[in-house]
Amino acid sequence: MRFTLNGAEVDVAAHPMKRLLDVLREECALTGTKEGCGEGECGACTVVVDGAPVVSCLVPFAQVEGSEVTTIEGLGGDHPLQHAFMREVGAQCGICTPGMIMAALALGPKPSLARVRQALAGNLCRCTGYEAIFRALRGAKGVRRTDRRRG
Amino acid sequence: MRSALSGFSLHRARSLTDALRVLRSAPDTVPIAGCTDVYVALEFGNPPSTRYLDLSPLAPLRWITLRDGVLSIGALATYTSLIRSRLVRQRLPMLVAAAREVGGAQIQNRGTIGGNIANASPAGDTLPVLAAADAVVVLRNVDGERRVPFNAFYTGYRASVRKSDELVVAVEVPPVEGKQWFRKVGTRAAQAISKVVMAGVRSAAPRIALGSVAATVVRLPRTEAALAAGAPIAEAERVLAGEIAPIDDLRSTAEYRSAVAVNLLRSFWAETS
Repeated sequence: MRFTLNGAEVDVAAHPMKRLLDVLREECALTGTKEGCGEGECGACTVVVDGAPVVSCLVPFAQVEGSEVTTIEGLGGDHPLQHAFMREVGAQCGICTPGMIMAALALGPKPSLARVRQALAGNLCRCTGYEAIFRALRGAKGVRRTDRRRG
Repeated sequence: MRSALSGFSLHRARSLTDALRVLRSAPDTVPIAGCTDVYVALEFGNPPSTRYLDLSPLAPLRWITLRDGVLSIGALATYTSLIRSRLVRQRLPMLVAAAREVGGAQIQNRGTIGGNIANASPAGDTLPVLAAADAVVVLRNVDGERRVPFNAFYTGYRASVRKSDELVVAVEVPPVEGKQWFRKVGTRAAQAISKVVMAGVRSAAPRIALGSVAATVVRLPRTEAALAAGAPIAEAERVLAGEIAPIDDLRSTAEYRSAVAVNLLRSFWAETS
C-alpha cells in the first residue's frame, strides 16, 4: 500500500487493520513513535496525518493509503521544537516527547498559554509536570504579548 | 494489541451503495470511521466482529449543510470539523462546546458524530446536545432512507433502533429557539469520559437532556414541565432529583451523579437567565 512517509513515497505491505503505530515501528523500522497506553488516552504515539495530529494506536493502516504521514523522524533532529525541548529540559524519561512534539506542530506562531494547553490536552507526561514542556513550546513558537505581561 | 488481526477482514467502501450492499450481505459487519472506540475494543481483546467496513472513503458523508433551515451534519463529520464549521457555530453552539470536550485534539481530529451516535454509549458527549435539540437521525439501507427522532433512537444500554443493514448517514437539527447551554463533568478537563453531561435550551418550553445518568441519554420531561410552568429553580431541582436514577459504576456513584445533575440544572438556569 502506497503512502507518503516523512516526505518520501513508500509502498508497504501489512494487514489493513494493523495499527499505524505498529506498521511504523515494525515494517518501517521507525521506532521514534512510542506506545504508551494503546487506547488513545496518552498521546505518546501521536503522528501527523495529512496535517492533523492523530494517535497512531487508533488508526488502521488502510486508512493512510495515499496520505502524508509525518513521524518524529521526519523532523530530522534539528527542528526548533526539538532544540527547545532540550534547552528547557522538557523531558525526563522521554517516552511522551515525540508525541508532544508532533502534537505541538499544529500550533501556530505565538500561541497563548491556553492554546498550548489545549493543543497538548491529549498528551500525558508523568515526569515533568508540563511546565518545562510549555516553556519549551513557547520558547520555540514565541510568546503572545498579553501573556508576557502576566508573567 | 491484544486482538489477533489474522482472522479480521476490512472492506474499504467504494461508494455509499457499495457500503450498504456489504451491510446487507454480511449483517455482522461493523462499520468503522474514526476508530476511536472500535480500536480501543480491539486493544482490550474485545473485537465486536471479525468483519469491518471502512466508511472513511465516503467523502460526501463528511459534509455539513443547511437546507430549508435544517442543519444536516454528515455522519463522518469529525469533532474538529464541527468546531470549525461556521454553520454549527451559528446554529448549534452547544454542539461546538460538546465537541471541544471530547478527548484531546488527536481524538477530535478522528472521532465522528455518526460514531458517537451509533456507538450508543450513555456517556457520549454529543448525545445530550442532540437530545435537547430534538435532532433526527437519518438511517439508510439498500432499500432507502428513514428518519428517526433522536429521542426515539435508543432502546436501551448500547442498543438502538438501527438495523444491522442500516448506516447512520446524517443527523438533522431543526432550528433551536432559545439560549443553548452545555456542561460536561468528568475526572479532568480533557481525555476523560463524563460522570454527568448536560445540555439545555432555555426558552418558554425549556429542554434538558442528561448523559451518564441512565442506560441511555435521557430528556427530563417532568423537570422541563416544572420549569415551563414557572416553578422556582429549587422546586425544579427536587423534580430532577426524583426523575433520574443513576447507578454506581467504575466512573462514579449514584449519589455523586445525582448531586452533580442538580448542580448542573442550577448552573444552567443561572447562566442562561
